[in-house]
Amino acid sequence: MGKVNFDAKVETINGQGFQLTTLDKAIGAARSNSLWPLPFATSCCGIEFMATMGSNYDLARFGMERMSFSPRQADLLIVAGTISKKLAPILKQVYEQMAEPKWVLSVGACASSGGVFDTYSVLQGIDRVIPVDVYVPGCPPRPEQIIDGIMNIHEMIKNESLRRRNSDEYKKMLQTYNIESDGK
Amino acid sequence: MANSTLTNELVFSKLKEKFGESLGEQQEPFGLLTVEVTSNEIHSVIEWLKNEPALNVNYLTLIGGIHYPENEGKELCVVYHLHSLIHNFRIRLKSFLPIENPTIATITDLYDGADWQERETFDFYGIIFEGHPNLVRILNEDSMNYFPMRKEYQLEDATREDKDDRFFGRD
Repeated sequence: MGKVNFDAKVETINGQGFQLTTLDKAIGAARSNSLWPLPFATSCCGIEFMATMGSNYDLARFGMERMSFSPRQADLLIVAGTISKKLAPILKQVYEQMAEPKWVLSVGACASSGGVFDTYSVLQGIDRVIPVDVYVPGCPPRPEQIIDGIMNIHEMIKNESLRRRNSDEYKKMLQTYNIESDGK
Repeated sequence: MANSTLTNELVFSKLKEKFGESLGEQQEPFGLLTVEVTSNEIHSVIEWLKNEPALNVNYLTLIGGIHYPENEGKELCVVYHLHSLIHNFRIRLKSFLPIENPTIATITDLYDGADWQERETFDFYGIIFEGHPNLVRILNEDSMNYFPMRKEYQLEDATREDKDDRFFGRD
């Protein structure tokens, strides 16, 4: 009998000619290592995100080579920058167009809380219109911080139960944002 | 103004001659001729400035609004910056309106560029430009139900609960 070890960060039991793990963990590993992010960048955090994508920091190392500019094919919504109240319904529509499972990374002070723009025209944090999985602080955050946020997203994806998106709790959470779940 | 064949004194005397009673206070801050005009006459004054061959004020630089809450009966102000590209001469016109009935004639028939600027002034101050072809909000969200640059409204987002005013110097 083989012993427990970690292959590609997935807890497995390896023996001669076989490998055992749970479906949750295999799928989690597959999802987290092949994310298609949708960058929703509006200001300076977007510039930092571009550096994160670029060759110095290179998100492709984490299986995120391809940015998806169509929400239909994206798994991870990266909101980087100030979102005005006029833009909020559009952001929500982009989120709704994404297929489950989907995750949201809020990059920087403005996306997370409105930041310095405590003013009538700016949305005081994107979590007022869509659910957020990981917040990255900073004004703007350095690429290392954005990568750390993405690592946290990866961690969440790896440990997410396959039933989570069908659970009543999840549907209830979406209802608090007036978003209909996929109805699975 | 440098290289201009027109002087402030000359233009003001021409204006005074034509629209004597409609003109209010006249100033020259930073050398820019600034004349107060009653809201009823603003359209005809601008039209005359544009069409008078000696002046040819053919370019609208900007339209803006101001709110003076203490200025009773003249709370809102519309400011027009006009420029004669032919004579290199600039002039500023101000017109005051009561906040209960802030209506003024549009100048979109004189300058096409006034369209969006009047919409912006309406958006932020609620000044109604009569005769404007499409006077709806331009920058703010359509569902907004107030005019945010009027001073009775706070600048900050009213829905925030996590910011303690004492730490922001506004208690």
